[in-house]
Amino acid sequence: MIKPRHTALVRFTHWITVVSFAALLVTGLELVVSHPRFYWGETGNVNIHPAFTLPLPTSRGTVDNGYGSNMPDQNGWSRALHFQAAWLLVLTGAVYLVAGILSGHFRRNLVPLPGQRTARACLHRIAQYLRRAPADPAESSSYNVLQRWAYLAVIFVLFPLVLWTGLALSPVFEGAFPAAVMLLGGRQSARTLHFFLTWALVAFLAVHLVMIAVHGFWRLTRAMLTGRAATPPALPENQP
Amino acid sequence: MSLSRRKLITTGLAAAAGATGLAAADRLARRYGLIPPDSAGIYGPGETLTYAAQRLLASHSFAREFPRSMISAAPFLNETSPLTDNFKRQQAHGFSDWRLTVDGAVAHTASFSVADLRALGRRSQITEIACEEGWSYIAEWIGTPLSAVLRETGILPHARYIVYFSDQPDWWESIDMPEALHPQTVLAWGMNDADLPVGFGGPLRMRVARQLGYKNVKYITRITATDSLKPFGKGLGSASPEAGYAWYAGI
Repeated sequence: MIKPRHTALVRFTHWITVVSFAALLVTGLELVVSHPRFYWGETGNVNIHPAFTLPLPTSRGTVDNGYGSNMPDQNGWSRALHFQAAWLLVLTGAVYLVAGILSGHFRRNLVPLPGQRTARACLHRIAQYLRRAPADPAESSSYNVLQRWAYLAVIFVLFPLVLWTGLALSPVFEGAFPAAVMLLGGRQSARTLHFFLTWALVAFLAVHLVMIAVHGFWRLTRAMLTGRAATPPALPENQP
Repeated sequence: MSLSRRKLITTGLAAAAGATGLAAADRLARRYGLIPPDSAGIYGPGETLTYAAQRLLASHSFAREFPRSMISAAPFLNETSPLTDNFKRQQAHGFSDWRLTVDGAVAHTASFSVADLRALGRRSQITEIACEEGWSYIAEWIGTPLSAVLRETGILPHARYIVYFSDQPDWWESIDMPEALHPQTVLAWGMNDADLPVGFGGPLRMRVARQLGYKNVKYITRITATDSLKPFGKGLGSASPEAGYAWYAGI
């Protein structure tokens, strides 16, 4: 039996993350449109100078940033879905973390190999990409050094930070853990950081999708769906 | 063959155990008040997880209080619908005739003027009010703790929620008893060392410090204690879920 390219755990949690992240992104943008101004510090409203304003029409009359306020107001279902998707993502992430540690997935597949934990190894792989050099055959069954660092950063830095900054917007969370909000610079700073972290995740997603497209979109998508090795060994030709 | 039968039996048993477990969890959650009144829709699981998690982990936590130096110099005045004729009449008399009625599952129905409330108790706190849209400001809120009012009228043991109504038509909300009896939940009549301005909810506003702005209903005229939210409006708990917003806004 061919060892699967991706384990059932990775495939299952990957696709739940895809669905949750799509829901979070769309609903998050919906919510932003009701007040597309961002601040630094604890408080922020139209009487306070913003750090920056998005050039977007708004969905509410409480804010006028010069582009009208004729967007449909969809905050109700958007926030409900945002939270439901966040719960799904957090619970899935918890399963993935525990199983990933117990099964050795992180240690084996994501922590860069001993000889590769250097900037030189990263630069070398970047140069290979830029020259469009053929990939090392080992890459058909394991991740290269850039993939490993990128996945580790998304799993252990970006997702925890986006969760932390999101929780910081909850009055109950701020009351129970005020230091967790002060560390971020205040409630409005947390909102601004939440926004930028979203774009960091979108930037990762863009690179991720480009790489998949370049290396065979359907082949790699099928591998993530079925777990089948991306390049199965050829069968003998005279098989009946 | 026997393997697949064993697998079938195991799966069946696991499913039965899972269903029983879920049913037991549901019964327990209901008994301990972890299910919000708007839990029936497609977003019910998310709403329920948020509400249950906060009730289990942070039921008695306090909203963050800020130093006086952090009070917002220019708090944002969020417009309401046009004031009613009744309100304007009361305003002309300096709100001396403003009455707050307390009824429902209380030992005795009562009615209070703002002066009566001031005599009942006073709490001042500097907290942030955050709108679901994203903006926020910090103000000093001064008022009578809701718990002091409920102590005065007596609250019957089966009361589980407090429903509160504005002078504005169709503006009403409700909170559970842990929130109602929380020391920071006040009927506010003062702001930043002065009377509460009409624009910010004067003469009387329900200030629920641990929840979003929309739970902080302005121009309160009536409070009802109840064991069930079903008879009110569409039975979802308050006007917010009827408009698509979460009933619980501790977020």
